Amino acid sequence: MADPLVSVERVTRRFGDFTAVDDVSLDVAPGEIVGLLGANGAGKTTVIRMLLGLVPPTSGMLRLFGERPSRQTRQRLGYVPQGLGLYDDLTVDENVAFVDHAFGSSTRTLPATLALVRGDLVGTVGLGRQRQLAFVTALSHSPELLVLDEPTSGVDPLARARLWDTIHDQAERDVGVLVTTHYMQEAQQCDRLVLMSHGRCVATGSERDIIGGTTAVAVQTARWQDAFVALDAGGLPVTLAGRHVRVADVPASQVRRMLDDAGVDAEVADVPATLEEAMTSLDRAMSGTTGR
Amino acid sequence: MTGPAWGLRGVTVRYGRSTALEDVTLLAPTGAVVALVGGDGAGKTTALRTLAGALRPESGSVAAPALPEIGFMPTTSGVWRELTVDENVSFVAAAYGVRGAELRSRRDALLTQAGLDRVGDRLAGHLSGGMRQKLAFCLAMLHRPRLLVLDEPSTGVDPVSRVDLWRMISQAAAQGAAVAMATTYLDEAERASSVLVLDAGRVLLSGSPADVVAHAPGAVFRTDRPTVRERAWRRGREYREWSPDPSSELGTRLAVDLEDAVISASLAKEAAGG
Repeated sequence: MADPLVSVERVTRRFGDFTAVDDVSLDVAPGEIVGLLGANGAGKTTVIRMLLGLVPPTSGMLRLFGERPSRQTRQRLGYVPQGLGLYDDLTVDENVAFVDHAFGSSTRTLPATLALVRGDLVGTVGLGRQRQLAFVTALSHSPELLVLDEPTSGVDPLARARLWDTIHDQAERDVGVLVTTHYMQEAQQCDRLVLMSHGRCVATGSERDIIGGTTAVAVQTARWQDAFVALDAGGLPVTLAGRHVRVADVPASQVRRMLDDAGVDAEVADVPATLEEAMTSLDRAMSGTTGR
Repeated sequence: MTGPAWGLRGVTVRYGRSTALEDVTLLAPTGAVVALVGGDGAGKTTALRTLAGALRPESGSVAAPALPEIGFMPTTSGVWRELTVDENVSFVAAAYGVRGAELRSRRDALLTQAGLDRVGDRLAGHLSGGMRQKLAFCLAMLHRPRLLVLDEPSTGVDPVSRVDLWRMISQAAAQGAAVAMATTYLDEAERASSVLVLDAGRVLLSGSPADVVAHAPGAVFRTDRPTVRERAWRRGREYREWSPDPSSELGTRLAVDLEDAVISASLAKEAAGG
């Protein structure tokens, strides 16, 4: 197997008394799309800042292309920040020219939809096109690694599908991709997921690996409101799912008993948890152990 | 089970010469959640502001309860950052005339559910994004509105806080409120009672998630090599390709989900000339 583009081994980063990243290890190989998931404060942003060379690890080893992050490694990396990092007061063309100048690259063609607004100030073009432009500038210098922070937030499903097509095209050319997302369906686009919670890496693998043995209970009933109120009053983490209700991470027998007591006639079944439910359950377990 | 529907019927809204909404019908029945889906600029905010009475449509009709019975949560979250959590609650309570025992019981119930009961003296500006959105939801719910209008309550909120938020939204519906919410997350829309997909101010799809999926135009196939690149996208490493003709043999025909359905409808619209 090729050497990893990103190699993070037992890295910890502290800010004063606060441990933002706690003994985390992760790799990204060429052509691999790795999804970094986690709640706010899980440590994802600190991992990215270390990869960009903005903050060094307090301990552990972090290598990009086999080296310590530096200006040289930054040249080989394409980054799309959550805020996109574009210059609103410059035109589309000027943004491209600026990035080309900084990286010594030469962007020859713009996608047709962007070419239509090439003379417009970036601040005045729609968010969908701004995202497209952020991708164009991140890819202009043919990076070997892409770091994408919430790359598709706020765009419609077709535009999101097209941005992911661009990401997959890059991966097929052996570019490694590290992507953070809050959008669970996007996790399905990744080859591998790394789940962080409270600074630690708590699970890794496919969506199925992360869900593991976590189950949920699906309750089908014509009286969903009554079922909801009864289970909610019983202190269970109940949610609405279309016209039925779900409860994550509790045994079906407990749910059945509460519904019987409330006189609600319902079909109760154990079902696999969703990725979101599994994440929440892992996160809660971590909060319990760290006391944060 | 569900009572009278609030909502918009055949509503058109224009800002000067640009049309923000055209002939949009949005039903928000009591005891249910309707999700508005669409990208930036699709018209979600305009539709919700019209429903909440903040905009007057050029044509069409709006059915909504009186203003004091509406709870509204704007995209900017509607909390006062320079006030503490408790001060935010007191401020909104005063505006809606919620006081005494009712205020105490509402505050305790909502803040506990939101996990904010132990940070009452923290400045709202110092809360995490997810906590701030949950506080905004509590403020919108404080006076037990009959119609709850939420503009992208979960955008930018981490998945764990989003589960909490969705539980609170579900609870409001279970207790009989009509909930209309905008979202950019299709997995969230899939859990709503009904979905309205907007594109450039017009309705692209509407109905229960199951109806929307069943009535998606054309068909979606799994394929190794797409025949028309513009109609193909990927889910993981696999290609999916849409065809207007369900009998075409592009690969294995797939049972579509809401995401496929919305992409199909968007491609059908493009094929029809936008």
